[in-house]
Amino acid sequence: MKRAAPIAAMWIALIALPWWLPLIGGYTELGSKVLIYAIATMGLNLVLGFTGGLSFGQAAYFGLGGYGAGMTLKYLVPSTPLAILVGTVVGGLAATILGPLVMRRRGIYFAMITIAIGQLFYFVIVRWNEFTGGEDGLAGFGRQPIHFGKFVVPLNDINFYYLVLLCFTLAVAVMWTLLQSPLGHTWVAIRENRRRMQFLGVRPERYVWASFAIAGFITAFAGTLNALLFNFTSPQDLHWILSGDFVIMIVLGGMRSFFGPLVGVIIFVVAQDYLSSLTSNWMTFIGLIFVLIVLLFPRGVFGIFERRTKIA
Amino acid sequence: MQLLLFNAFNGLIQGVFYALMALGLALILSLNSVINMAHGGFLVIGAYLAYTLSPYLGFWGALIVGPLLAGVIGLVVERGLIRPIYKRSDPLYSLLLTFGLALIIEDLTRTIWGAQGLPLEVPDIINSPVSETYFFITGYRLFVIGITAAASIGLYLLLRYTLLGIRIRAGTRDLETTAALGVNIYKLRALNFGFGCLFAGLAGVLAAGVLGLTPPMGNSLIMPSFVAIIIGGVGSLFGAVLGGLLIGLAAGIVTTYYPAASEAVIYLMMLIVLAVRPRGLLGEEGLFE
Repeated sequence: MKRAAPIAAMWIALIALPWWLPLIGGYTELGSKVLIYAIATMGLNLVLGFTGGLSFGQAAYFGLGGYGAGMTLKYLVPSTPLAILVGTVVGGLAATILGPLVMRRRGIYFAMITIAIGQLFYFVIVRWNEFTGGEDGLAGFGRQPIHFGKFVVPLNDINFYYLVLLCFTLAVAVMWTLLQSPLGHTWVAIRENRRRMQFLGVRPERYVWASFAIAGFITAFAGTLNALLFNFTSPQDLHWILSGDFVIMIVLGGMRSFFGPLVGVIIFVVAQDYLSSLTSNWMTFIGLIFVLIVLLFPRGVFGIFERRTKIA
Repeated sequence: MQLLLFNAFNGLIQGVFYALMALGLALILSLNSVINMAHGGFLVIGAYLAYTLSPYLGFWGALIVGPLLAGVIGLVVERGLIRPIYKRSDPLYSLLLTFGLALIIEDLTRTIWGAQGLPLEVPDIINSPVSETYFFITGYRLFVIGITAAASIGLYLLLRYTLLGIRIRAGTRDLETTAALGVNIYKLRALNFGFGCLFAGLAGVLAAGVLGLTPPMGNSLIMPSFVAIIIGGVGSLFGAVLGGLLIGLAAGIVTTYYPAASEAVIYLMMLIVLAVRPRGLLGEEGLFE
């Protein structure tokens, strides 16, 4: 129970965020963006950190979620919850269908295949410009007020932040439950010793598939919120550069810890926001962050404090 | 028919660039166990250095010196950044490191040479069409194919018949045993990384003559090179070349009939190969499984 206090403190800080973030020079959208990326990276970390599968194309499912949500709002129904649902299902199903092609692979090869598969969706979105807006991105949709019977919640920036926080809480609860379940323990066991699990009669591929699919759904879920946050989504949301950013955020925070990705996201997103306002060469600095983390802090921020590798 | 031939030939040229890139990537992948995400960066370095040097050395000099310099920079990068992380068994770190390098190289290229595209002047001697009906078959394109063939054969001979090549192949099979037999595997891996980057640089100079130079040019070539390796089969250099040519050709042919799918088709091909023959066309069974 010793972890309960910091976690409660974290949630209180998150609930109060719209009040204190502007005081230190931030803005509410930045808070929403951090939480959205945190959902995406914590989902990805189910594969990367807990199952040991080097998924390097996760932005594809993030972007698919975004396009799913945006296109639902633009062409089908003006309903925010439905948009989130459709986007999540589209991205998640894509990961589920492609899972069998990657689940047998390990290490470098797993990474290569996941990157390359991600590019497929990138080009589909870029070239299908009648519906997706092509290179310019998909605009012309907006998040709609949510109706509870007669009670209507308009989604201004602050309310939307609370919707994102609700979604974040939900996603965290789901992931935490999964990791405490036999399924989650099997993932960790596969990461630690895949062959031994095979000897025990477990079929690792199936569990890797499950992990990849669930991560796909969660990342797509985050992607839908990202599209709603900006009322816009672009092919950059599927690009492998973003996939790489996700992975570095996870490593930065600590890939063996449950909330590690959240810490990584906070540092990375704030640094990116700050650097890009400071210099046009911000890409070099982001690149340097990559190199320095790998060379100096391979265990991430949490790793500096906790020497033991803890599981969940 | 003319149009089909035109596009197929264009695709083949594109495939030649993929093949050269994939060859370097596959070399580095097999001995250094690194997916070199910065491979596109080395391509850009080779191309821009050739551009800068060509007024002084002429096209021919730049064609030789550009890739060599890319190779030397590769050696330096290997020594300074990649060697320290060989001992980490998780391939994640080399992936992230080279990813960061790719961002840095692209950004610095843009700062030094500007974001606008630049042309690389190709001598008239090799730039004129070979025949009037098939205007698209310029001498330069045939020259690109010739150089690539020569470089690939050169690499094959090197790996097959020289002591260095035999050591590289041995290291690919079993690095520990190779080290135990008294081979300096650090030097071996460094040289191998340099060779890989040299091939990227060569692809860059040749591609610059056809496509011109832009800072992100490496980015658009690196992903198809991954696909080339996956289709050709991990662990097979010949497979990488074959895969590169195949996807280039396929993209060219699809351009004729349905241009919007010309990029997606190579990834679809990859999915089909992965589903039907997971190890790739010429790959070894059981590798990375």
